[in-house]
Amino acid sequence: MTAQQARVEVAPVESAHRRAARRHRVLVHLTQVAVLLAVVGGWQLTVQDSPRSVILYGLPSGIVTRLTTWITEGTAIGSLGDQITTTLEEALIGFVIGTVLGIVCGVALGRVRFLSEVFGPFIKVLNAIPRIVLGAVFVLAFGLGIESKVLLVIVLVFFGVFFNAFQGTREVDRNFIANASILGASRWQVTRQVVLPSAFTWIIASLHVSFGFALIGAIVGEFLGGTSGLGVLIKNAQGTFDANGVWAAMVIMAVVALIAEWLITRLENRLLRWRPAQLAGPDL
Amino acid sequence: MCAEKSPPAIELRQVTKQFTTDSGTPYTALRELDLTVAEGEFCAVVGPTGCGKSTTLTLVSGLERPSVGSVAVHGRPVDGITPGVGFMFQTDAILPWKSVLDNVSAGPRFRGVPKKEALESARDWIRRVGLAGFEDRFPHQLSGGMRKRVALAQNLITEPRVILMDEPFSALDVQTRAKMSDELLALWDLTRPAVVFVTHDLEEAIALADTVVVLTAGPAATVKARFRVDLPRPRVVQEIRFEPRFLDIYHQIWEALRAEVDIAYSQSTRLDRAS
Repeated sequence: MTAQQARVEVAPVESAHRRAARRHRVLVHLTQVAVLLAVVGGWQLTVQDSPRSVILYGLPSGIVTRLTTWITEGTAIGSLGDQITTTLEEALIGFVIGTVLGIVCGVALGRVRFLSEVFGPFIKVLNAIPRIVLGAVFVLAFGLGIESKVLLVIVLVFFGVFFNAFQGTREVDRNFIANASILGASRWQVTRQVVLPSAFTWIIASLHVSFGFALIGAIVGEFLGGTSGLGVLIKNAQGTFDANGVWAAMVIMAVVALIAEWLITRLENRLLRWRPAQLAGPDL
Repeated sequence: MCAEKSPPAIELRQVTKQFTTDSGTPYTALRELDLTVAEGEFCAVVGPTGCGKSTTLTLVSGLERPSVGSVAVHGRPVDGITPGVGFMFQTDAILPWKSVLDNVSAGPRFRGVPKKEALESARDWIRRVGLAGFEDRFPHQLSGGMRKRVALAQNLITEPRVILMDEPFSALDVQTRAKMSDELLALWDLTRPAVVFVTHDLEEAIALADTVVVLTAGPAATVKARFRVDLPRPRVVQEIRFEPRFLDIYHQIWEALRAEVDIAYSQSTRLDRAS
């Protein structure tokens, strides 16, 4: 009797819940579209009537035109695909090397107190200098090719990953390490199977920010001196008073960054699938 | 004279353990503590909070060294992580990123047992602790009691001759706790390793152990008294507490423990008033 009653009551509650959730989602999406239209439309409407403003600020419709010409006819320095590939190549190579270096150094310093005592102050000093300026040094020393950009990316990516890996290593639950040691794990096994997986929650959090830094590093590197890539494209556009060109390159960057963000989130979900799912709590 | 031939499983002699606190002042956790646990003996250590019960275990396991005195397991002085020892922690110490199967097989894998063999014996132990069918789950998908079973299997698979338990069931609800205690006794009875079981629950201590050791209130705790529990085995933890003999023993030990609990309590309340 009671079980039947309960079942009868549960069904409508559930579907009402689902309907409310769908309505909420639709509302969120509609508001997002409205915000976008307001910003882009407002920009278009306020700028389009003054030729001077069009040159200074660019125009949404002009950005679309610029993007289409780039895609169909290529840019002044070669096809658009080549520019994106160059920038992505610099960013990715630097990102991978910087991340690996950051993880290795962070975990090593986190695990070996002596190393952290010796190198801690050096790393603090290096972190305090504005590293983006190093790009100028790298371009002077290593030329206009890919090396100078990759180096700048590495320098930018390394520190974020390093500090998170270091902190993640320090924050590992002492009981996990004690338990594994008593079960017979060597120091290396503890690092591999206890410290690294635990620190990965911290490291992955830093990857989201670091990839943004990698793109910035590649573009600024090209800006400071290069022959191809999106940074050069932006620099040329700026030099010819082509605001639309600058904006168009930024749109491309944004798309690339979003795709990378999506990939990193997928990697995160894969590597951290042992974590409990976030439960919905009350809205406070 | 038996003791002459084979050394006791665990022997702490005149052990003093000092820690340096963050402010730099030394803190004495244990002072001149003597504790002997025979081969196959189930020894419970009770005492008020903060009396250094857990410290005793870390000394035996080799996670910490004594400041003064000697610790020996099976007659061999402890130097580094003691081999042949299992340790069950108060909080969950099984690795949350490993499945149940990988957690239980971790011990043998760490020690270089071939993967196939390790997994086979892990499956066997998972069945023995009643978790068959949960091999591929991650710890967060299990209940607290199930996680304790994983920890138990993870320890027993290495066939330790000494098991150290630091309030292992204190986070469980009362019924689950009694059930787990029964299962622990049944599993212990298979191989009869020496056990040191730290708890603040006197009932649990008497229900499980052959010997109950009462520590004095910290700091600088030491052994106050040692009692034999001559209740017959096998025992049913939830029912044994109704036996008259159980109550006798309880009264006896409580007499010794009460004074220490009072001291510890007045210390903590005095601290509260001062701050």
